[in-house]
Amino acid sequence: MSQKILLSGNEAIALGAFEAGLRVASAYPGTPSTEILENISTYEGIYAEWSPNEKVAYEVALGASFAGARALVSMKHVGLNIAADPLFTSAYTGVRGGLVVITADDPEMHSSQNEQDNRNYAFAAKVPMFEPSDPSEAKEFVKLAFQLSEEFDTPVLVRTTTRVSHVKGLVNKGEIVTSKIKPGIEKIPEKFVMLPANARLRRKELDKRFVRLREFADSFEHNKTEYNDKKIGFITSGISYLYVKEAFPDASVLKLGMVYPFPEKIIKEFAKNVEEIFVVEELDPFIENYVKALGIRCKGKELIPAAGELNPSIVRASITGEKSTALFEPVKIPNRPPNLCPGCPHRGIFHVLSKLNVFIAGDIGCYTLAALKPLSAMDSCICMGASIGNALGMEKALGKDALGKIVAVLGDSTFIHSGITGLIDVVYNKGFTTVLILDNRTTAMTGHQPNPASGQTVKGDISTMLDIEALCRAIGVKNVYTVNPNDIEETYKIVKQEIERPEPSVIITKAPCVLLPEMKKRKDKSLYIIIPEKCTGCRSCLKIGCPAIEWVPITEEDAKKLGFKEKQKGYSIINAALCDGCGQCVTLCKFKAIALSGDKSGKR
Amino acid sequence: MEKGNIIFCGVGGQGILLASEITSFALMKAGFDIKKSEVHGMAQRGGSVVAHMRFGDKVYSPLIEPGTVDIALAFEMLESLRYLPYLNKNSRVIVNTQKILPSSVSTGIETYPENILEELNKKGLTVFPVDAFEIAESAGEIRAVNMALVGALSVFLPVEEKLFHDVISEHMPEKIRKVNTDAFIKGRSIIKKLQEVNNKS
Ligand code: SF4
Ligand code: SF4
Repeated sequence: MSQKILLSGNEAIALGAFEAGLRVASAYPGTPSTEILENISTYEGIYAEWSPNEKVAYEVALGASFAGARALVSMKHVGLNIAADPLFTSAYTGVRGGLVVITADDPEMHSSQNEQDNRNYAFAAKVPMFEPSDPSEAKEFVKLAFQLSEEFDTPVLVRTTTRVSHVKGLVNKGEIVTSKIKPGIEKIPEKFVMLPANARLRRKELDKRFVRLREFADSFEHNKTEYNDKKIGFITSGISYLYVKEAFPDASVLKLGMVYPFPEKIIKEFAKNVEEIFVVEELDPFIENYVKALGIRCKGKELIPAAGELNPSIVRASITGEKSTALFEPVKIPNRPPNLCPGCPHRGIFHVLSKLNVFIAGDIGCYTLAALKPLSAMDSCICMGASIGNALGMEKALGKDALGKIVAVLGDSTFIHSGITGLIDVVYNKGFTTVLILDNRTTAMTGHQPNPASGQTVKGDISTMLDIEALCRAIGVKNVYTVNPNDIEETYKIVKQEIERPEPSVIITKAPCVLLPEMKKRKDKSLYIIIPEKCTGCRSCLKIGCPAIEWVPITEEDAKKLGFKEKQKGYSIINAALCDGCGQCVTLCKFKAIALSGDKSGKR
Repeated sequence: MEKGNIIFCGVGGQGILLASEITSFALMKAGFDIKKSEVHGMAQRGGSVVAHMRFGDKVYSPLIEPGTVDIALAFEMLESLRYLPYLNKNSRVIVNTQKILPSSVSTGIETYPENILEELNKKGLTVFPVDAFEIAESAGEIRAVNMALVGALSVFLPVEEKLFHDVISEHMPEKIRKVNTDAFIKGRSIIKKLQEVNNKS
């Protein structure tokens, strides 16, 4: 009997790649794809790396494939935009060792800035795409993808969505089936050097390959038809298949395991056998448009929402018009949005920036949470590394008027990902943008992956630590400062001074993320308290949004009893279980009510 | 119970994912098909966290439909109200009586609702309050809150107690095994006691 284990889609992808004899894996962390590389890195005999960005990750994997090794590159949906450049050309070169590209899409934007449907990339790049429905298929499909890649000389895309990546289900451990290709250097310039003359020939190859792939799609066993009640038939793929099965257990279903190229014969055959066809898919009408282009009548997006995730209730309600079965209405309760952690070194910086009343061009990372109340200190956030270019663009549009009014803020990992080129632009094109690099020594948002500035690899091996300060100087920034962000007064002084300077400057705020293991273990943590007698209830300390600072509302009576002024509406306390001792709140209290615990005098 | 829908909800950092993990492993050992869905990323950092778990002979959708939850395991009191539309009259609700203030409450903008347990009772739900924080503290590790709650949940699952103990030993490092097992046992016995009381009344 084969061994069954409980795995997430991402863990299953790692296992599938291992069972396929994977040799090289690369990625940039991004929810919901992050755990793929994290899991791959635990297998022996596979080289795994966090790359500075998805484009580099793709290029590394492609290089490995050129050397005859099976390679995998994984990223979240928006990551493929960064890697689109090598993706499109690699469709021309083809591969040697199997090359599998995982794109983890995020319908509903659980943790993303948009919800693009990356099936469109398969179409646009002319690359085949598999779409598993659950962890067990994810493992199987990744293995098949490696075979297909070598057989058809093409990169193969595997698309997951959050509800496949982060769903756990039972998976069978399988046999290890490795490639027949021998790793080694082979010079095949006509295949690998995409000069126009070569590329034109490869384009023809691509078209020939596509004809063969189409035939394959029609014979692919995971494009499968399940006939039941033939009155209604569903064409679906990925997670939507499971919702259809749940909502309409008795209907006939054509499930596409390969969503590109389309299996025309199978679709036509299915259409002949069922009376009415519904196409159920998340996001774009990708399958629907194709089915319609075949001249088959079907219903899809006119019934089923194009935005957000589906679920069995939405699928059922969209088709039958039946409303949800919920018995209880939702009740109004306070929201609980994510928040910067107590002691987070980023918090003070955003407080400083909000006091300076500047436009804050932000970026992707934990610190994006500063956009939420009460800090409300971020005015734009587009994509990885965009903060610097956005700030420069605004400044160029406004000219001298912009001086002192705009800053760009991004994290260490984001800066390395794609902030560096923006900074080069600022220097080269004589901008005066002030860039704050929030260096917390890790890629915190996705779960503390190391990056070139952490001086560690994915396996925890020590590596050369990127010197961000020296890098900025090398780029040509003359004014580079490193400050301790927990020292709010000092940080304020430097930021104020630099935003007024008609030259580019970089302020690196350096303090480790409080969730890093070494920070959690530290023993010398001194905690802060609020001395009740000194608190006037002015609420200034609440503006920083530290979860450890809590407001205690009181009535007039309470106020009298507790010895406060009659009109005082409440007072603040520091929750000792949450305080991390960063000291950022101290300067906020004019009344010196916040002090180190054990220091009742309130002196600092 | 041959199949079931369980919802785990609470606040990021409370060990919800580990709790749902341990429960899934035990159900798996008991021979069920399982699907469990959770969302990572922004959900951490003190935000609301929810995991859907479904078990049975064959499970398709990883998401639970509104109105079909059999058991809700709320790691925080306020969070027990958030997923009400998923419950029905027969749902059991296990509520950790611990309060964790959302930022809107701690900054004095909104107030933390009172009488949450009564509110749930009034809707006709069977509520099992558990002071998991106190259990964990007395077991010697405040982070064992999640195992106390898994213990409470285990009473209602078609899984032998022993399988849970096996899973805890297999998945927890030696150092913290005992406190977590203790918390599990205490959580379990509290529900058993509450059941007795309910049966008598
Ligand atoms: S602790 Fe200080 S800043 Fe906070 S409310 Fe009291 S007096 Fe105001
Ligand atoms: S020192 Fe102040 S700001 Fe820092 S964690 Fe403690 S309460 Fe929060």
